[in-house]
Amino acid sequence: MGGAGSVALTADLQTIGAMMRRSANELIRVPGAAIPGVLAPTIFFLGLTAAFGSLIELRGFDVSSYQSFLIPVSMLQGAGFTGAAAGVNLARDIEIGLFDRFLASPAPRWVLIAGVVLSASVRSLIPASVLLVVALIVGADFPGLGGLLLAFFLVMWMAIVAACWGVTLALRFKTQAAAPLMQAVMLALILCTTAYAPQELLTGWLYTVAEINPITQVVEAARQGFTGTITWAGTWPALVALLGFTVVLGGFALRGMRRTAY
Amino acid sequence: MNTVRVVVALGRRSVLQTFRRPQLLAPLIVFPTLLLAIQTGGAGAAVNLPGFPPVDSFLSFMLAGAMIQSTLLAGNAAGIALAVDIEMGFTDRLLAAPIPRWSIVVGRLAGAAALGTFSAVWFLAIGLIFGVEIAEGIPGVLLMIAVTTLSALAFGTLGAAIALRSGSASVVQGMFPLVFVILFLSSAFFPQELLQEPAKTIAQFNPASFIVDAVRDPVISAFSSEDLWKGLAGIALVGFVGSVLSAGALKRRLRTG
Repeated sequence: MGGAGSVALTADLQTIGAMMRRSANELIRVPGAAIPGVLAPTIFFLGLTAAFGSLIELRGFDVSSYQSFLIPVSMLQGAGFTGAAAGVNLARDIEIGLFDRFLASPAPRWVLIAGVVLSASVRSLIPASVLLVVALIVGADFPGLGGLLLAFFLVMWMAIVAACWGVTLALRFKTQAAAPLMQAVMLALILCTTAYAPQELLTGWLYTVAEINPITQVVEAARQGFTGTITWAGTWPALVALLGFTVVLGGFALRGMRRTAY
Repeated sequence: MNTVRVVVALGRRSVLQTFRRPQLLAPLIVFPTLLLAIQTGGAGAAVNLPGFPPVDSFLSFMLAGAMIQSTLLAGNAAGIALAVDIEMGFTDRLLAAPIPRWSIVVGRLAGAAALGTFSAVWFLAIGLIFGVEIAEGIPGVLLMIAVTTLSALAFGTLGAAIALRSGSASVVQGMFPLVFVILFLSSAFFPQELLQEPAKTIAQFNPASFIVDAVRDPVISAFSSEDLWKGLAGIALVGFVGSVLSAGALKRRLRTG
């Protein structure tokens, strides 16, 4: 029995690996496939630092550069777009009937979702790396090895959350036309935080929303290495937040898969 | 008279098309509204910076930026819709009809202008609901709507030029990020004096800065004819360049098929 379970697990992992290779192939075979996920966050990063860079002159804004303050947000934004793109790609596969063929295979449903979601997680390293290089060139502080690893880890997990959201919508609407909804919700979730300024300097409704938005914890944790030192107290709330989102949105995605399959 | 009817009919069609397709309308309204709300809350404390113009709130300052962002996106959406018409062969049928060729483009631009008016009214309503006071009152409101409408028309010519040149909706859609490059390199989101270099220098010459300032002026200060003329000159420049490029692209399309 144990042997059979081991074989099944190996087969599942091989299927996930194949799904991830397929996603990587798209990057190689479709020139520019990674550009949308890279371009938008890069333009926003450069644009926002040019526009709002003076904010660091405000009392209570204790950072050496706005670039250092903003770069973790842009990296998470890139993860959000990459995750949403995974949903769009799944919707495309559904539209052209390819996903039906996946469903007809003996692979468990969760394995198909895991393949899509983990592909997004790995792909999110592309915009994150490009953004980091751009940010360092224009004056962001190097976060140190620990800060860098933590930021990349959180970015990859954020992409999993975004991909779960994208997959849920793709399975619900079965059309690429749902793309704006996939992207807009992730964008709002990431920007309705301390993205632009520290909590004390936020005004109006955003002050309250940022305080209760769990993604604020993720932004703050990813920012640690860029603007200060890394602490466990500043890190664990982000892990809890991402775990919560993964369980909830992953559950929705699995439910959508079960409904699609039967 | 017949040509006017054609333009009105095509303009009406383009407006209805936009309202019937959420994927066309959403970027014009939802995205700028979302960004307006987030930036107002996120960078609202900026009004305390030395050098920031005296305003009631950051929303008062940002309103014009959101309007022009929406009109830039309206121009892009007009280009996408025109490119879809080309891809589907609808434009070919219009070209075969006994109507002036330019009326096909002008009809689409009329639709973009109508969307510009809609977005101006939308953002004014949002501003008024959330406490913005228009310093110049009703005449100021009318002026803002007029300048926003004209700017949508002008930006629409650029969208049309790209659509006619490429004939591909995805190419026009790919221009979407360019909208934000133009906005970030202007005074749309922050006072020009407080921008970081090189944005500060570029914003000085960016026509979008003049257009935004012309829309913003009636909200935050007394009417200035200089700002208005600069804004109208910016719109004229964009419109002229877009019209020349559109005419050239249309001529090329007719020649090459």
